[in-house]
Amino acid sequence: MQFNIKARGSMRMALAAAAVSAVAVAGAASTAQASTPVVKISVASLLPGSTKAATAAFNAQIKLFEKQNPGIQVTASTYQWLPATFAAKLAAGTLPTMFTVPFTDGRALGDANELYNLTSLAQSLPYFNKFNPAVIAEGTDAKGQVVAIPEASYAQALSYNRQLFTEAGLNPNDPPTTWAQLEADAKQISEKTGMAGYTQMGASDNTAGWILTTVTDALGGRMESGIGAKAKATFDNPQAVQALNILNTMRWTDDSMGSNMGLSWGTSNQAFAAGQVGMFISGSDVYTSMVQTDNINPAIYGLAPIPLAKNKNAGVLGGGTLTAVSAKATPAQAAAAVKWIDFYYLQKYVNRKDAIAWAKTEVASKQPVGTPEVPIFNAKQEALYNSWIKPYINVPLKQMAPFTKAIFNEQIIPEPEAATQAIYGDLDSVVQSVLTSQGSNPSALLAAANPTGQASIKSGT
Amino acid sequence: MSKIDFMPSELDLSQQAAIATPSAPRGAPPRYRRKALTWLQSGGLSRLAFLIPLIAIFGAFSWYPIVKLVITSLQQTNFALPAKWVGLHNFSLVIHDPLFPIAVRNTAEFAGLALLFGYPIPLVVALLVSELRRRRGLYAALVYLPVVIPPVVAVLLWYTFYNAGPTGVFNTILHWLGIGPQPWIQSQSQAMPSLVLESTWANAGGTVIIYLAALTGVNTELYEAASVDGAGIWKKIWHVTLPQMRTVLLVTMILQIIGTAQVFLEPYLFTQGGPNNATITVLLLIYNYAFGNSLGPQYGEAAALSVMLVAFLALFSLIYLRATRSWSSE
Repeated sequence: MQFNIKARGSMRMALAAAAVSAVAVAGAASTAQASTPVVKISVASLLPGSTKAATAAFNAQIKLFEKQNPGIQVTASTYQWLPATFAAKLAAGTLPTMFTVPFTDGRALGDANELYNLTSLAQSLPYFNKFNPAVIAEGTDAKGQVVAIPEASYAQALSYNRQLFTEAGLNPNDPPTTWAQLEADAKQISEKTGMAGYTQMGASDNTAGWILTTVTDALGGRMESGIGAKAKATFDNPQAVQALNILNTMRWTDDSMGSNMGLSWGTSNQAFAAGQVGMFISGSDVYTSMVQTDNINPAIYGLAPIPLAKNKNAGVLGGGTLTAVSAKATPAQAAAAVKWIDFYYLQKYVNRKDAIAWAKTEVASKQPVGTPEVPIFNAKQEALYNSWIKPYINVPLKQMAPFTKAIFNEQIIPEPEAATQAIYGDLDSVVQSVLTSQGSNPSALLAAANPTGQASIKSGT
Repeated sequence: MSKIDFMPSELDLSQQAAIATPSAPRGAPPRYRRKALTWLQSGGLSRLAFLIPLIAIFGAFSWYPIVKLVITSLQQTNFALPAKWVGLHNFSLVIHDPLFPIAVRNTAEFAGLALLFGYPIPLVVALLVSELRRRRGLYAALVYLPVVIPPVVAVLLWYTFYNAGPTGVFNTILHWLGIGPQPWIQSQSQAMPSLVLESTWANAGGTVIIYLAALTGVNTELYEAASVDGAGIWKKIWHVTLPQMRTVLLVTMILQIIGTAQVFLEPYLFTQGGPNNATITVLLLIYNYAFGNSLGPQYGEAAALSVMLVAFLALFSLIYLRATRSWSSE
């Protein structure tokens, strides 16, 4: 019987609670109806695990945006584009309203109707015509619809640890300009300091294939020829073999690559920021993330161009980030998301006042301003932007001079057009074979992987 | 309520049912009407009421997903655009995927190694702990401790143990023994045994506890009788302990085989299937089909391979249970 009394009591409480919440909901609804309708959007913010200062700087930007746009409510959502989580979140419908994707995926996602058609919203941006046409093309689908707006562009570069260079008896102002010199420097760093002279990504998340493609391009080869379904996988080109032979020598003959052969993008940054790596290849903008996530000591950082072979095809692999809006967004949400993209990512490039306000906020939170980028706008606009933020630059630009001086004279190679990420994924195991198995045969490995690459192109993924 | 109390009321109910028959709806055969009433009056409705939540939960979270899985295996879908029926095409794609035989071979290797090392170790540990005269509970708790550690944390812990540098935990121990540093999970040949080693450490505790419980059920008189016959410790284990535990041993073996055939956590967290696909398993391949590519999630192929795995394990379990029926019921 005691059970019954208790049950009745809790039933009464539940009814009371339901009545109270019903009144509360009704009250909230009437308040919302009374004022202007609020559009709620969630936006991709920083990488998970970012520092408090970086998060504070981001939240300050949200506050400023909401003040300027009273009808919009923005929720920040930590975000990192990863092939595995992106596909899962897309299928589950849990991506924020606005998110970012790499250049490799914008067009294909648009073709699959998985992104909001931003054409009219993008074209109404007053500076739309000032975008670098090659860059805006990355976010335009087969029907000519703008499905993603570029926000950053980078070129692959060689990050190097100036402190380890000095400790190894090398000149930190004279980073390697040839692959032979890079090999020799890596060996010297490894022998003199005990740290890895050079590391290369070797994880099974497409990063190993990405960097192999970068080195192959730098030597003048290509992993793919042609575009779309007619593209051909050309893994077994002489430059790819050369790139793997260089890796083979550093790994097994020179033993200058340390002991961790399974590094990915994030773990490479961690190891470098911890002072355990002499040199590694990643995007030219990777310094920003190493400040925001890995607490790098700016004094150790150096940025140089990737050594290019002396042939006309040799170039630097480029890439970038696109902003996109969920296909499930309402028109009001899409308009609000483009306003946010305009405010957070683009205004600083086109508006002096915003550029300075942005730079001031970032500097106040000790966030990097002035990390080298490849322009997403035309050259004139880029020069203007650089002049606006010049007084606020807080990254060690002098230490990045080897890169910034050289990059504008170098050929930027776009990423393989067809099935980009899948092609990188197919090359992952080739790189891993060289890194984990002594005496592997690069030519045979590439020849064996080529049909898999061709199959990836055929399936479009 | 005792059994004696219950019996008269059961009789009452049948009498009531007989009395109530005339008021039952016309047209229904009297036998069914009586049965329905009996069912109703013997508390059938309340039984159903208790059953409905269970059926609803199982239906929504177990049976519906299974049906959906089979449907998805026959479709091409990305869950954004309308699904397209493709028949058995997904099964054909999976079978012709060059990674499929590699994944099957790797899974078999993991299951085989786990059976070879992971299966006898808990038994030996359980026998040793049960032989202890003091602090048996403490040792049992210590053996069980790795199971308490969250699996992801355990893998991260072992990730540092397997550091391939000379300063790695295991490599330091090897150095004391005069052996050079090993690449562990960074070697195509050592990666899989390394995963089995961690998995055995992480999972043995649970099986040890089951064995310890089973050992308490062994009749001590049998040991005394064996002692009288002059049996030593090994003969006692072989002729008394193991035969007495055979039902439990057979169950843990099938559970282990099913568990290892579905290994995912270790290869996903340690190696992501590398190096050079040396640790890609069936479940990791399913995961890669579904989530490995940001552009073309192959949910159909993932579902097809899942259906194949389920069918194989069901068939295997059936054969196993048939084959071992005579041993366990002896």
